Amino acid sequence: MAEFLTLQEAVSRHIHDGDTVCMEGFTHLIPFAAGHEVIRQEKRDLTLVRMTPDLIYDQMIGAGCAKKLIFSWGGNPGVGSLHRLRDAVEKGWPNKLEILEHSHAAMACAYEAGAAGLPLAILRGYVGSDLPKVNDQIKFIECPFSGERLAAVPSIRPDVAVIHAQRADRKGNVLVEGIIGIQKEVVLAAKRSIVTVEEVVDDLNAGVNACVLPSWAITSIVVAPRGASPSYALGYYDRDNAFYKEWDGIARDRETFQAWLKENVFEKGAA
Amino acid sequence: MSDFTSAEMMSVTAARALTNDMTCFVGIGVPSEAANLARLTHAPDVTLIYESGTLQTKPDVLPLSIGDGELCESALTTVSVPEMFRYWLQGGHVSVGFLGTAQLDRYANINTTLIGDYLEPQVRLPGGGGAPEIGTNAQEVFITVKQSKRTFVKDVDFITTVGFGRDGKARDNVPNIGRGPTVVITDLCILKPDPDTKELVVTSLHPGVTREQVIDATGWEIRFAEQLAVTPAPSARELEVLRDLKARTDAHHAAQQ
Repeated sequence: MAEFLTLQEAVSRHIHDGDTVCMEGFTHLIPFAAGHEVIRQEKRDLTLVRMTPDLIYDQMIGAGCAKKLIFSWGGNPGVGSLHRLRDAVEKGWPNKLEILEHSHAAMACAYEAGAAGLPLAILRGYVGSDLPKVNDQIKFIECPFSGERLAAVPSIRPDVAVIHAQRADRKGNVLVEGIIGIQKEVVLAAKRSIVTVEEVVDDLNAGVNACVLPSWAITSIVVAPRGASPSYALGYYDRDNAFYKEWDGIARDRETFQAWLKENVFEKGAA
Repeated sequence: MSDFTSAEMMSVTAARALTNDMTCFVGIGVPSEAANLARLTHAPDVTLIYESGTLQTKPDVLPLSIGDGELCESALTTVSVPEMFRYWLQGGHVSVGFLGTAQLDRYANINTTLIGDYLEPQVRLPGGGGAPEIGTNAQEVFITVKQSKRTFVKDVDFITTVGFGRDGKARDNVPNIGRGPTVVITDLCILKPDPDTKELVVTSLHPGVTREQVIDATGWEIRFAEQLAVTPAPSARELEVLRDLKARTDAHHAAQQ
């Protein structure tokens, strides 16, 4: 059964230096509150995995939490670059960052394979792309039935999955609604999981085919209202598109970024 | 003198490439603007899909990101990301992939990864996202990009998403993939791959654009079709709908600040 913890407890207990951590949420339900707690607890040498690093990993990379990033699209959606990610890749600031780059399809398949307990994912992918030349985790295999050449990537089976969801019931069953991304897959693929939620309710009121994660499939649950902001939680609050635009200016400069981090992450403390 | 901008010309021309019976996997930026313009003008029943899992979506304003709430709330249904890429794209249900790019070369290869060397990039770009598989698993691909010597290069620094490869032959004898790029729409002209060599050829110049302008904005010796057309100018209605859409979008995003 999932254990209800504070954010401070959950991050302290389940995320260790050197872990492989997936903090997922495809544009929607990005677990920012948990990311900020990881920054506050000064976790180091993490291998961060996420399809779209987004602002959450830009902040964590800039804060020095990461040694490696596995991703498939590293921009600020609709705005431009992730400047902290670029600074780490191009200039090694605040530390050198190793990157391993995939396509969305490959990462989605790799999460699904991880959830399915398989060692690899197979897809009709990377045809003609240079990505296999720079990522040794992309291989090609021959289908034993048709002979077709298909791409293979290792499944993603992280130490820790962190996601945000709309709500949990008192037993710790969790409902995810809207753009569900790969929330279910990443939790099932991981050894341990932290699910932050907007609120705890008596009854999830979930439809019969809703995306529900049972309590016994989750390690810990944390109540973190607005825990996905500046991304959004459908039914609770909108994406703060203005902040995504503003981030471009904040992240462009190391000093501005550090001042932002100090004021908005370190001095604010855990919720 | 024209009463429309070259950016509007590009969006309207790109929108016209879509028809009512298409199922279009939409990239963010100009492709999203063009696809929604098509839906609001000549192709009301065109099916738009965004990689966040939103199937058959009809946003009232253009999303800033691929996963804005607007896309989900106006969609017929929203599926998981693995389902989107495996069943709907790889499964063969997408007729057109509509992509933008940072760099494009003469064989319509797309580079959204980096400028320079992979290990020591001059400029690091966001990367592939959905494009590498959209480019091969959609039945065909439309590309739209602003044309300049910086974007239109002879050979891209990195093939993120294959057009026709370094020699024009990358798709030859590869089973179960789409036809690849069939049209490139820029702010200056329309280009199509030569049926044999697959090298991009200018087939239509936008109104008022000269061959010299196109040559000056292209990083290789660009060829022009023998029958060179002039792209029809945007109609008053197309411009009105596009400007309304953009004004609505700006007002929506500004109201959030």
